[in-house]
Amino acid sequence: MSPEISFDLATIWAGLIAFAVLAYVMLDGFDLGVGILFPFLPEETDRDQMMNSVAPVWDGNETWLVLGGGGLFAVFPLAYSIIMPALYAPIIGMLLALVFRGVAFEYRWKTKAGKFAWDWSFAGGSTVAAFAQGIALGALVQGIPVEGRAYAGGWWDWLTPFSLLTGVAVVVGYALLGAIWLIWKCEGRVQQQAFRHAQWTGIATVVLIGAVSVWTPFLNEAFRQKWFVWPTLLYAAPVPALLAVCVLALWNGLDGQHERQPFFAALGLFGLSFAGLCVNFYPYIVPSSVTIHEAAAPDNSLSFLLVGSVVLLPLILAYTAYSYWAFRGKVGVVGDYHH
Amino acid sequence: MDVFDALTLARFQFAFTVSFHIIFPAFSIGLASYLAVLNGLWLLTRRKVYFSLFQYWKKIFAVAFGMGVVSGLVMSYQFGTNWSVFSDKTGPVLGPMMGYEVLSAFFLEAGFLGIMLFGLKRVGETLHFIATAMVALGTFMSAFWILSVNSWMQTPAGYAINAAGQFVVTDWVAVIFNPSFPYRLVHMLLAAYLTTAFVVGGVGAWHLLKGHGNPGAKTMFSMAMWMAAIVAPIQIVAGDFHGLNTLEHQPAKIAAMEGHYDSHPGAPLILFGIPNPAESRIDYALELPRLGALILTHSWEGSIRGLNEFPPEQRPPVQIVFWSFRVMVGIGMAMLGIGVWSLLMRWRGRLFAAPWLHRAAVAMGPAGFVAVVAGWITTEVGRQPYTVYGLLKTVDSVSPIAAAAVGSSLVAFIVVYFALFGAGTFYIVRLMKKPPEKVEPDLPTDEPIRAAGINPAPALKVPGVVS
Ligand code: HDD
Ligand code: HEM
Ligand code: HEM
Repeated sequence: MSPEISFDLATIWAGLIAFAVLAYVMLDGFDLGVGILFPFLPEETDRDQMMNSVAPVWDGNETWLVLGGGGLFAVFPLAYSIIMPALYAPIIGMLLALVFRGVAFEYRWKTKAGKFAWDWSFAGGSTVAAFAQGIALGALVQGIPVEGRAYAGGWWDWLTPFSLLTGVAVVVGYALLGAIWLIWKCEGRVQQQAFRHAQWTGIATVVLIGAVSVWTPFLNEAFRQKWFVWPTLLYAAPVPALLAVCVLALWNGLDGQHERQPFFAALGLFGLSFAGLCVNFYPYIVPSSVTIHEAAAPDNSLSFLLVGSVVLLPLILAYTAYSYWAFRGKVGVVGDYHH
Repeated sequence: MDVFDALTLARFQFAFTVSFHIIFPAFSIGLASYLAVLNGLWLLTRRKVYFSLFQYWKKIFAVAFGMGVVSGLVMSYQFGTNWSVFSDKTGPVLGPMMGYEVLSAFFLEAGFLGIMLFGLKRVGETLHFIATAMVALGTFMSAFWILSVNSWMQTPAGYAINAAGQFVVTDWVAVIFNPSFPYRLVHMLLAAYLTTAFVVGGVGAWHLLKGHGNPGAKTMFSMAMWMAAIVAPIQIVAGDFHGLNTLEHQPAKIAAMEGHYDSHPGAPLILFGIPNPAESRIDYALELPRLGALILTHSWEGSIRGLNEFPPEQRPPVQIVFWSFRVMVGIGMAMLGIGVWSLLMRWRGRLFAAPWLHRAAVAMGPAGFVAVVAGWITTEVGRQPYTVYGLLKTVDSVSPIAAAAVGSSLVAFIVVYFALFGAGTFYIVRLMKKPPEKVEPDLPTDEPIRAAGINPAPALKVPGVVS
């Protein structure tokens, strides 16, 4: 396998899907994280503020997940048809959990007596969804057995110590993103608590990223080749180095109670971990079974969707940015004009 | 067929989740357009009542839309989890179309929804109106693409089959504008508008009956009745054209819908009866001679191919299709009836003082949903035994999954959907029970806490906050 990257349609699409997944992880990571932190901020008014900070944008964030799944179906149908049955239980678990948390955004404001139930629905749904995503990730990284054009493993293959570890890592990582989002969007008591939670989740996230990174090369010979063998080492080495920079920036930002520095440092942390994953995967889309090129749909399907994506993705990014900008500033503290 | 094999369970799961899903889009497609119209009318005329109705229906829209989003998310992954062979084979054709749906519809809806719901004070009236229009456009685009996908499965065109057994595209225009697509798109959009009109009309009528006869209730009732009077007849014509198209491309489906086992010229129109597949006939049939031929071939002597011309394994399940079709058409006729009745009352100047009309409108409030689901059951069950008509069988589409896995997820879906969407319906009905007020409170004042969230006050200094 040569480290050269060819820029044909399949590779471009692999890059775009990776981008969609990263966008999803970063954006929905914040609002899932807010849900994960719900149990740690029991005060009702604090929770109101937390939920308000993501209410106008969560739907757009989740759409990146639809793009990830839909995009896989469109451009790598073979991978989609292998991965989905292989990860049946975690995927269904994630979907159901997302239903629970999605409806809570609206229902929570429609009842006084039942509010606590929707708090739990939101917190539980967010946590389970994050955990399921982490398990799915771990199960994918550790490899999926394939025969012919179909999944050939058992129904519990996804459940291993490694996938449980990645599950926990994603939950904790999202909680960090949630805390950092709250630091930016809130003020007063919520912000102060968010600083505290950002510290411990920050430490835990770094430890867990370390654990996953150390474990991964031992899952598969090809991974080991990349990280420990010259000259591929050369491409991979900057990732851990930059990670260290982000960790320092994060720590320094939290320590000095800066509002934005931790935000970008945490994004960097996630971006780099994700880049590390991509290094591991390439050129496979289902590790050690199916390559990007084997899974790709015929060129005319790839180019048909690419034309639209080139036009529409920048537009989407533009109006998404506009929507974030329209809701810029702090989510206010609660006014008490109940009637 | 075993009731508990993976295939049957997977089919039941798909039917269950998609039937739940379609209820919300049918409502949000119609309601998004209605909101855009109300918003536009308000900006044009500055009549308070339009703005107050906008605020009233906006709150209901938010809840229904949320349910549509989460149930839709489930759909887009279900193709892979339960129908992986289907996904592998049709991915190169259907995948890009669903990709376009995400890019041109879902992002548009989601991107502007926040502004539409919470952004009026932040972005100003014009941009807010644009946001509302964009959400409506998004729901339309969504219908466009997903119906194109579904229609391609009914009437495939523009494809070839490659060495791996996948469908590949030879002509995108032929794929997207496949033979049944224009009919299905028109029919479904009209269905969404009618469904919404009857919900709006039902709510208006209820408040008129309760004596909350304020301008808001009157205006919504009147608008809804115009829709019923105008769109119901158009829908019936569209449905007729749709049926002719189906006759051309899926004659076995039409035979099942009509209940024709035998082919013969001058076929009757069977109004009711009990399909008897064992004996290949309709028992106790109540029929109008020759009318079936007239409707489907526009000639008294026309001949319709009966089910007996198709080998038994290629026939769709007759009972389901026969009945669901009658439910849909029956509701369409009842909608027409309400439309005509309302015209009569309007002409006599008694539109707001016609308690029996109001009672009928309340009763018909949820009818659109029933018709939509019945229509889809007709379409989808009538397509059996294929997923891609004539080319890919349902048995050959299913994932290699264990029945236990599908079974337990099915139970989970049923429990969760009934509990959560049941709660949502309860909240929606509660919102509907409140009469529209003269100055309808926005989400903010209605829900004070949320107001704080959308009126962030950058100028507000809270002690002890670093900035
Ligand atoms: C005729 C209309 C129609 C039909 C037949 C379907 N949908 Fe739908 N769908 C919509 C019309 C719609 C909509 C009105 O555009 C929704 C409702 C709420 C929303 O976000 O968009 C939607 C939501 C929605 C979403 C969530 C989008 C978001 O996050 O914003 C997904 C992923 C799907 N749908 C996918 C599907 C799939 C896979 C279907 C086929 C089985 C399907 N829909 C049938
Ligand atoms: C939204 C309204 C819809 C309803 C109510 C509906 C209903 C159904 C029902 C009842 C079945 C089961 C048929 C049977 O097993 O006899 C089914 C199957 C199916 N439908 Fe639909 N359908 C809808 C829309 C769609 C759309 C838009 C698509 C395509 C994107 C679609 C694709 C399928 C597929 C793949 C199956 C599974 C295979 C099969 O049994 O045919 N359906 N649907
Ligand atoms: C009374 C007049 C009506 C006629 C003659 C009619 C005709 C039809 C036909 C023939 C089909 C099956 C299409 C196929 O085989 O693929 C269909 C499907 C459907 N109908 Fe109707 N229909 C009528 C009224 C309605 C009403 C009032 C609604 C809802 C408010 C509705 C909603 C639907 C939907 C959602 C479908 C499935 C989607 C589609 O294939 O377009 N119909 N209709």
